[in-house]
Amino acid sequence: MIRLPDPKPDVLARRDAVIAGLRAAVADAEGVIADPISLKPYETDGLSAYRQMPLAVALPETTEEVAAIMRFCHANGVRVVPRGAGTSLSGGALPMADTVVVGLMRMNQILDINYADRCATVQAGVTNIGITNAVAEEGFFYAPDPSSQIACMIGGNVAMNSGGAHCLKYGVTANNLLGLKIVTVDGEILSIGGEHLDAAGYDWLGLLTGSEGQLALVTEITVRILRSPEGARAMLAGFASNEIAGACVDSIISSGIIPVALEFMDKPAIHACEAFAHAGYPLDAEAMLIIEVEGSVAEQDDLLARLTATCERHHPISMKVSQSAEESLAIWKGRKGAFGAVGRISPDYLCMDGVIPTSQLPDVLRRIQEMSDSFGLKVANIFHAGDGNLHPLIMFDANDPSSFQRAETFGADILKLCVEVGGCLTGEHGVGVEKRDLMPVQFAEHELEQQRRIKSAFDPDWLLNPSKVFPLRPPAELPRAA
Amino acid sequence: MNPSEAETAIAGRIAAAREPLLVRGAGTKSGMLRPVQAAGMISTAGLTGITLYAPKELIISARAGTPLHEIETALAAQGQHLIAEPPDLSALLGTPANTQTLGGVVATNLSGPRRVAWGAMRDHVMGIRAVTGRGEVIHSGGRVLKNVTGLDLCKLLTGSHGTLGIITEITLKVLPAPETVGTIVIPGLDAEQAVAALSAALGSPYGVSGAAWLPADAAALLPEPIAPGRSIALIRIEDFAASVAYRTEKLRGELGFPGAEILDDPASRALWRAVRDVRVLSMTEGDGIWRVSVRPSAGPGVSRAVEGVTGYLDWGGGLVWFAGPATETTHRAIEAAARAAGGTWTLMRAPDSLRSAVDVVPPEAAPLAAITRRVKRAMDPRGILNPGRIYAGL
Repeated sequence: MIRLPDPKPDVLARRDAVIAGLRAAVADAEGVIADPISLKPYETDGLSAYRQMPLAVALPETTEEVAAIMRFCHANGVRVVPRGAGTSLSGGALPMADTVVVGLMRMNQILDINYADRCATVQAGVTNIGITNAVAEEGFFYAPDPSSQIACMIGGNVAMNSGGAHCLKYGVTANNLLGLKIVTVDGEILSIGGEHLDAAGYDWLGLLTGSEGQLALVTEITVRILRSPEGARAMLAGFASNEIAGACVDSIISSGIIPVALEFMDKPAIHACEAFAHAGYPLDAEAMLIIEVEGSVAEQDDLLARLTATCERHHPISMKVSQSAEESLAIWKGRKGAFGAVGRISPDYLCMDGVIPTSQLPDVLRRIQEMSDSFGLKVANIFHAGDGNLHPLIMFDANDPSSFQRAETFGADILKLCVEVGGCLTGEHGVGVEKRDLMPVQFAEHELEQQRRIKSAFDPDWLLNPSKVFPLRPPAELPRAA
Repeated sequence: MNPSEAETAIAGRIAAAREPLLVRGAGTKSGMLRPVQAAGMISTAGLTGITLYAPKELIISARAGTPLHEIETALAAQGQHLIAEPPDLSALLGTPANTQTLGGVVATNLSGPRRVAWGAMRDHVMGIRAVTGRGEVIHSGGRVLKNVTGLDLCKLLTGSHGTLGIITEITLKVLPAPETVGTIVIPGLDAEQAVAALSAALGSPYGVSGAAWLPADAAALLPEPIAPGRSIALIRIEDFAASVAYRTEKLRGELGFPGAEILDDPASRALWRAVRDVRVLSMTEGDGIWRVSVRPSAGPGVSRAVEGVTGYLDWGGGLVWFAGPATETTHRAIEAAARAAGGTWTLMRAPDSLRSAVDVVPPEAAPLAAITRRVKRAMDPRGILNPGRIYAGL
């Protein structure tokens, strides 16, 4: 288990005063939650093995309310955990006992859609899919599409720099933003960027994206919206080994085609998804690729023919090219339902998120299998093959503490392996609480110290999203930038 | 990763430095922003060489001083390219062609026409190694295509003009270069009509990767004249040959301009190279050069709001290039126009006296400026790296 820091006793002692201060900052009486039953949903996020009731929850409806909350918390030394939909898989929204959760879900307004300039300005609590839904009528979409896109909120996407299945072509959140409205730790409201590209000066937009709530709260976001392609179609190909499927991925990239999605599933994942979705996946395959292309029907035909020829050179044991939008949906259905599918086999699983150079794929999958055997825990591998972003799903039994411990150690070992082969700890889920203590695997102490100093430049008293991202250590040693 | 000998040497010089240092690569962009007053100089021009190129992984790493054209040549040999299409501004800035370094392009975050569709240089910097003003060698990111581990100092260092750290090595995402380039040329539109057409094109499903408008004086500077005496709106599509043929025809039909023509691949490549390298900016010796970035629909208004200047539009109208008298009056007019449109400006070339006297980029709101000072201190506590390059006194 990951250690959580001790709460500040003085803040706990001032609980009533803190709640009163929040009530003064938020206009709606329902906008501050303090009773234990109503606080319960905020005790955890998508990393549900970790739970901690917060001191209180504030649900502001405007940026000004967020600023008022921050001014109060800053003046009173109260630590704050920003929260969107609470879908973080790394514990990014996990509270501490002395923290105020600032939930941005009530800030769910789409403020402006500007088709001529291909951008939209929305509040942080708009869901990812909500942006696409708002612009779909005009044939536009918002590109990053994390698996949780129906629930997750754009503010959380910005905090974690979320990716998705289509980021090989369209990039991650950071590549699809133009501007932010932020609230600093001391309650100042600032605009970063705007509706234009590449603001001059330092790239605060880039630094804030993926900063996991360590630097500021994000309340409004201006995103780029893109026109949808004429159409899209998927194919799948099953192979006799992970090595062959990996070699096929290399061949596809080398052929000059960048598919809009290139997903890899290993045998356990294929079986889990097929049992769940009946998508027609090849049960005799050791590995399977889902490949999607975009364009007019003729262009899709051309690209799928090229991809079929490439796959054929690797002797697939099965191949299916979708002939219609319905067939493409069926191919995707299994993949999109992967988490639910694995959940049917094992109610408890950890979803890991390491990244590796794609050339290391077969070797890493072999070593993950060896670890799976030695830990005695099953694992299903699903990942974005084009960019090497692995999502091993480690199955365990939450009723058995030793099973959970082994799962955590197994997960940590996978992530260390990712770093060892030239990759990184997290591609799109963020460090959060989950990977905090693994940071020294990827960074030397002086490098972490440099990151801490940047954090201190924004948040000198370390009040924002405590105990995440950086390994814990005694507060006396916290660096001060100023 | 352990620091290289060269990195250790740079770190040693910084640690020992008692006075400000000018940080530069080949120095081709020294004329941008504010002049730096420094006692000494650290150049990365000697740090050369591609250190890793994995075409199948879409990744290339090189030391900061590697000439950009070496990297472009290595990529072209494998049918790949730099996604952001960084410009060679040597004609504009009066520096030798083909000498700019990778580090210089990343430190200035300069991107070409493809930026409007495929992202800026900063979007493709996957990893960075740098020596901070503390004399420490740090890395951020890595050599993989997705990475959200820790604060993204790649973004912070990219475009920081050597003021936060000396970038020593860079890893970029690259992509397969398109088989074919095609261009729709629409002659005779004014700026508003052109930007409306570019907006329709960029909002189409055809994957437009370049959208510019050249008034007649700018178009006259193209290597091969097109529609002499008239303005031209330019829409680029890059893909496999069959797709380019299909998409350019389809889009031309949908846009519905009777005079629109389609340029073939060689003509398109030459044309967009000239646009990329700002060789189409009509200017006279001694002119100041500015770059303004606004929402595309504001581009025409901004370009008209400033008197006595020439210019053209890229990025669908959102990037306005200006050339004009290098005076405070012109600068203030450009500032005002950019500000009124909610955009940003960069002074790209001017005599030192003007560069020192004006805000070369927009000043930040006071609370943000305070953060900027603290971040600068966090990276360079003694203020020795390129002091005053972006903001006076910083």
